[in-house]
Order: sequence, then structure tokens, then C-alpha cells
Amino acid sequence: MSLLRTVELRKRFGALNACDGVNFAVEKGEFLSLVGSNGAGKTTLVNLITAHLEPDSGRILFEDRDITGLSVSQRIKAGIARSFQLVNLFDGLSVFDNVALAIFARDGKTAKIATLAANDDDVRRETREVLAEFGLAAKGELSAGELAQGERKLLDVAVAYALRPNLLFLDEPTSGVSSAEKAQIMDTVSSVVRSGAVTAVVIEHDMDVVFRYSDRIVMMHEGAFLADGPPDAIRANETVASILLGISSPT
Amino acid sequence: MSILAIQVLNSLFYASVLFLIAAGLSLIFGVMRIVNLAHGSLFAVGAYIAAWLVGRAIGLGVPVVWALLVIPIAAVAVALIGIVIEPLLLRPFYRRAEEYQLLVTFGLLLILEDLMRLVWGGLPLTADTVMDALPVVHIGGLVYPGYNILVIGIGIVAAVALWFLIYETKFGVLLRATSQDRRMAAALGLNVGLVYVAAFAIGCFMAGLGGAIVVPSHAAVLGMGVEALVLAFVVVVVGGLGSLKGALVGALIVSFVRTAGIQFFPEVELAVLYLIAAVVLIARPTGLFGTA
Amino acid sequence: MKAAAIALPRSQTGLWSYAAAALGVAVLAAVPEFVGLYQTQLLTYGLIMAIAALGFNLLLGYTGLLSFGHSAYFGLGAYTVAFLLQWLGIHSMEFYILLGLPVAAIVSALFGYICVRHTRIFFGILTLALSQVLYSLALKFFWVTGGTDGLRVPRPTLLAGMIDFAGSGGFPRFIRSYYYYVLGVFVLSAAIMWVIVHSPFGKALQAIRDNEIRARFLGLRIRRFRWAAFLLSGTFTALAGILWVPLNGLTTPDVLYWPFSGEIVFMTLLGGFRNFSGPIVGGIVFTFLKTYAVASTEYWQLLLGSVLVVLILLLPTGIVGALSQLAKRVWATKEGRT
Repeated sequence: MSLLRTVELRKRFGALNACDGVNFAVEKGEFLSLVGSNGAGKTTLVNLITAHLEPDSGRILFEDRDITGLSVSQRIKAGIARSFQLVNLFDGLSVFDNVALAIFARDGKTAKIATLAANDDDVRRETREVLAEFGLAAKGELSAGELAQGERKLLDVAVAYALRPNLLFLDEPTSGVSSAEKAQIMDTVSSVVRSGAVTAVVIEHDMDVVFRYSDRIVMMHEGAFLADGPPDAIRANETVASILLGISSPT
Repeated sequence: MSILAIQVLNSLFYASVLFLIAAGLSLIFGVMRIVNLAHGSLFAVGAYIAAWLVGRAIGLGVPVVWALLVIPIAAVAVALIGIVIEPLLLRPFYRRAEEYQLLVTFGLLLILEDLMRLVWGGLPLTADTVMDALPVVHIGGLVYPGYNILVIGIGIVAAVALWFLIYETKFGVLLRATSQDRRMAAALGLNVGLVYVAAFAIGCFMAGLGGAIVVPSHAAVLGMGVEALVLAFVVVVVGGLGSLKGALVGALIVSFVRTAGIQFFPEVELAVLYLIAAVVLIARPTGLFGTA
Repeated sequence: MKAAAIALPRSQTGLWSYAAAALGVAVLAAVPEFVGLYQTQLLTYGLIMAIAALGFNLLLGYTGLLSFGHSAYFGLGAYTVAFLLQWLGIHSMEFYILLGLPVAAIVSALFGYICVRHTRIFFGILTLALSQVLYSLALKFFWVTGGTDGLRVPRPTLLAGMIDFAGSGGFPRFIRSYYYYVLGVFVLSAAIMWVIVHSPFGKALQAIRDNEIRARFLGLRIRRFRWAAFLLSGTFTALAGILWVPLNGLTTPDVLYWPFSGEIVFMTLLGGFRNFSGPIVGGIVFTFLKTYAVASTEYWQLLLGSVLVVLILLLPTGIVGALSQLAKRVWATKEGRT
């Protein structure tokens, strides 16, 4: 059984066919990269799966359960989480609190109004652990808005990770950072994700990153899948190569 | 039957005034994304200026019918005040959070309210000589002030003129472009600053005009602006913020409900109004034609 | 954002806050010994406004919702006291609070339910409009509410009827005792608010304020949190109204009129809405500011309006915000950075 499966998922935006009958399967434990040119439909697909958007038609199955009608919070409870392309953090809160909040939310503790957040030792311990895994332990007391861009991207992933999902979607986790930092970020992310046995789907544009870290690469083009396979197979695929290296895009 | 006709005319009179205020508020919001809490006070300033000018004109021996010209003059005066206010009090805050902008307009309200007290004192200022100078109209067996009919006419003309300005002129295109996407408009070379001032001035003109046309019928009193703003808000809640059609429909609905309320449930006429607003809101959270 | 981050160690800040708070309470407790009756009374009003502003700021500073209709809850508290007196003959301050708060909670819950379904500007407009429903009711139903004359509320009894203020010398005794009573309620309510904003619930509110989308993607039910914050906020501000009316002796519809809501926003911004203590400072300072403005000129609105504009221009983070920024800079230079 695949961890996640979409069945003939469709989404149009006016004339643009963002998802054209997509049949997508993600296997448990994979580190999968979703690639393609801009407008290929990658973010739309992730948005559909995470309930940011509603599909025009089709179904989404998670652990063989139909989750197509579930809301955002229901899908999170089911075990799906995501980070965002444009860093989406709680800038007014500390780095520590950003992660702690994810844990409070996950454990259903956000209704607690008569106790101090600082007094929940379990949450504090787990927050420290997550921050340490992502290399942010020293920055806990800073406000999220004060971090450098690379650290913000890591924090963004850490917050989603703290939800302890089974399936984690990462939307361009290395965009907007220097090449030196890219490797650093992906090293951290991939090691944490693998050690935590979390299945990850990463939208990426940087093909070096993609080839280095992925178990499997799926390429989208104009709302449909063009190629799907391990890095070596993709490298050998000529259509992919022409589009990837393509100066002229067919649109 | 004639009583019904008079109630209808009263509603239309009231609707004309409300439409002018609400349309001005909506225009300013639509283009500049600012809710001007001092908008009602500008309405009051228009009323005061008009009443004051009428008094001076009569004092100078001007025939009363000519005193009607005071109405557009007062409206222009308020527009000019707007042209002064925008760069001074609003422009410094465009980059700031919405909360600050709202508060600045509240500060402006406090300032304007006291400026009116300072200039014109605490007593009401009337202009009913203008109203009395116009002939009465006979409806059934009853008489009705011709002035009110004139006001209804002005309201209609204003609605048409505003519609024409926004949808049929090149300037209207600028207004609509800026309101839809300010950055895009600026990137296309539009002088957004100028559009803002112009939009604000037009909004103030509408408010001032509303005040000027109402004052022959209702004297200018301190605090009328603060009261008017609440009604303007009810109009945009019902009709939708940022929409000309919404201001018109909202003004009509509010006026007719209010007139009916006064007739049948005088104590709770305002409550009935709010009830209608609540019903609209439940069905359409942004008002009937809202863009907010 | 800022590359050079000034990291104030949280525990040390926490210690400083507690110390400052304790000092503040001690100073406030000592005040009546050194100033006259009038100043004591004024400071009592200041503390009452501080409570109102604290309640208001739960919505603005911590949840990111600007309400222009908080006069509704203040007035509701005040009028509930007047009705309890008039219809049930209640004189006890404790009963005023115990019975007044639930009434306010119910209305806040109702108004909140209507308002939180809407976005920012419309939210503000709705809060204003709803508050004016109450205002118009207070005006129109004059046989119940006393209309513009309002309703009188004489001195209550404190501490379950143990202390009353009849007889000669009653007024000065009342002013002094009531000051300590209000101070006590203030300290208690500030402590409660402090716990609320530092609880997991409070953190969730701030997250929703900062980034609604991300909060939703943590599984938080946005509307529910906002509604809860609204309810708490209204109830808090109503407490201020309840405390206010026995001191004022009278409640009129003015306290429901929307410019009063504007004053509550003003005083919160004056103190600073991004800090916990901002509304407290703002409430007290504004009370004194307005009193002196009214006393010194007929055109006090002009004065206050100008102060407000200048304030937003020069001190957008308010008094406390500016002071804490100053403190951070001093700290940074002490640590060898500039």
C-alpha cells in the first residue's frame, strides 16, 4: 500500500490546467523530489493534497483512506504536514515558541489558558530536541524575525516537522539562500527526515540538490507527469534532459 | 396615499444624503484602502460652511435662490480641505500598518470636531431661509417642500456623475487601476500619489456636498458628523465597502427601513436598521456588493 | 531580518519584569499616603482604564484584531451595575462583579460570533456598529435607562457588605478605600491576563496574529480562537466599567458612544500595544492627560487629537515600546556592540 495516492486529480485555473488527471503515489520512507518548470503544477499538487485548495475532481487517498473531503486540520491530524515556499513563520514569537507551538497544537494543548506555556516540561524538552536536530538550539530565544534567511528556512521546516507527520511536504526549502547554505540546509533536512522515518516530498528547482538527496524524482510538466524514477533513470532520460536543460520551454 | 408618497419622498431625500456620504467613504476606501473615521466630520464641515455662507449671502442682500450656489461652493471647500489633509496627515502613514491609519483619522476627527466648535461655536447654525425660498409642491392634499425634491435631484445627478466619472472617463480608469493593484499601477507609470489626492478630494467633496444639501433642512450642530459616520457605516455594511452600487443600494435600503421604522416602531427604528444589516451580513459577509 | 541580533536572555528579562511589577505595585500602594484625595481618585480612574485597555489589547496586541467597539462592554458593565441596583437593590461591589461579568461575557460571545467571521477592516466597522446598537438602545429606552440623564449609582459596600460609606467623612473614606479595592482588583486581573497571554492559548493567539495561514497549517481553528479572545477581551473591559460606575456615581449613554471606543484604542497605543505593560501605562497616562486637557482648555479634543497624530508619527510603539527599545540599545552598548 502506498502511503499516499492521488486518483485522477484535476484542477484548472481558468485556461490553465494545473493538474491534469494526476495519479501520484508516494511510498513510505521515500525522499521524493518533485521537479518541473514554473507553472508545471507542483505547488498546486501539494496545495491540493494539503487542503490549501479544493480539487475540481479526483480523489486523494492517504494510507488507503479517502481524505479528499477532509479539512486542513483533519489532514494534519491524519499525519500530513507542509512547509512553505515563502517562509511562513510567526515572526513575533521566539524561535523556541514557533516550534513549541507546533507541538502544543499537535497535542491539542492550545486550549490551555490557565497554565504558563513555559511550565510544560514535556513540550519544552521536545522543542529543544527538535531545535537541536535542526541546528537551531542556540537561537531559541531570538525572535523568528531576527534569523538569517537560511535559518528561517530551517525553522520553517522544523515547525512542520515538529508536528511529527508521516508525510511531509517541503516547498522549495532551499530557495532564496546562498549555494553554500543550500547544502547545509538539505543535509540537515534529509538527515532529520530520514532518521525520523518521515516520508518527504520536496519541491525543488536546484537539480544538483535534487540528484544528490532524492530516492526518487518525479517531473511534472503542464499539469501531468513526464518522468518518474530514481536519479540515474532520470539522468538518462532524454526528454527530461531537454526540458531541464531546455532553454526554450514548450509553452 | 399621499402620506405614502411623502414617506417615499422623505426616504429618497435621506437616501440622497446618505448616498453622498457613503459613496465618498467607499471611494476613498476603494482606492486608498483607508477607512476615514473623520469622514462624518467632513460632512459636518460641509454643513457648517454651507450654513455660514448662506448667512453671509443673505446678509449681503443676495437673493435667496442664488444662495443655492453655496451648496457646490461648500462642497468644493471641503474638497480643498481634503487636498490639504491628505499630504499632511495621511501620506506619512501609507506604509504603516492599517491600525495606525485608522487611528490617525480618529485623531483628525477629534481635531475637526473642535475646530468646528472653535470657528462656529456651540449653537446650531441654520440655513432654512434657502429651504423656505423654494416653492412647495402639492401632493394629494398635502404640501411638501420643493427643496427636498431638489435634493433628490442632486442625489440622482451625483450618482450618475460619479458613475460616469468612474466607469466612462480616463481618470476613472486610473482610479480603478490604482484601487485594484496599487503596485502594478505605479509600475505602469501612474502617479499614484496624485491619484490618491484626487480620490481623497472627490470623497471629501461628496461628504461636503452631503452636508451642504442637508443643512437647509437640518441645522448644523456639533456632533452631527460623529453621528453620521455610524449611519454611513451601516450603509456600507449593507451595501458593501468599496462599491458605488453598494453605496446607492445600501443608502436606499437604510433610508427606507429607517422611514418605515420611524413610522411603525419609533422606539426601535435604529434597532430594526441594525437587524436588517445583521440579516444582510449573515447572507453576504462583505455586504451586498462589497469588495472588502 | 536584523543580522546583529540582540539576545536578551529570557530568564533575566523575566526576573526584571517580576521585579518591576512588584515595585510598581508597591509604589501604587503607597501613593495615597503622599497625594491628596483628588489625585487618588484620578489614579483610581487610571487603574480602571488600565484594566479596560488590558482587556482591549488582548484582541489588538495579542490577536491582531482592532476593535472600535469596546465602549459597548465598558458601558454594559456600567449599566448592569445600575440595573442591579435599581431592580434588585444590590449595593455590594462583589455582587456587581459576580453578576456583571457573566452578562458581559454573554454579549461579548454574541458580538464576537458575529464579528470574527470578518476580516480586518470590516471587523472594525462591525464592532463599531454593534456598539452603537447598545448606544441607541440606551438612548431610546429612556424609561429603563434614564436616557441622556442616565442612572445614578451611589457608593457601594465593599468586601461583602462589611464596609460601607454612609455618614460624615464617608467621601474621603470611600475614595481611599475604593482606591485600594480597585488596586487589588487591578493586580488580580493583570495577573490573570498575564497568565492568559503566556499560556499555550496565548501563544496560539499570537501565532494567529503573526501568520494566519501557518497557524491554520498547524491545525488551529482560527475562528474559534479569535472568538475566545473576543469573549475574554469584552469581559475584561466590562470589569472596568463595573468598577467605574460607583466611582463616577452616574452612568450615561456617553460611555457607550463610539468616540469612547476610540479613546480606549488611543490609550492603548499611547502606552504601546506590543508590550504587556503598555496598556497599563497608557490607561493611567491617558486618564491624567485627558483630565488635564479638559481642565486647561475648552478645545481639549483638538489637543488630544493633535497629541494622537504626533504620537503615531513619532512614537508608534508607545511609551513602553519606546522605553524598551531604549533599554535594548543601552544593553547592546553595554555588551560591546553598537
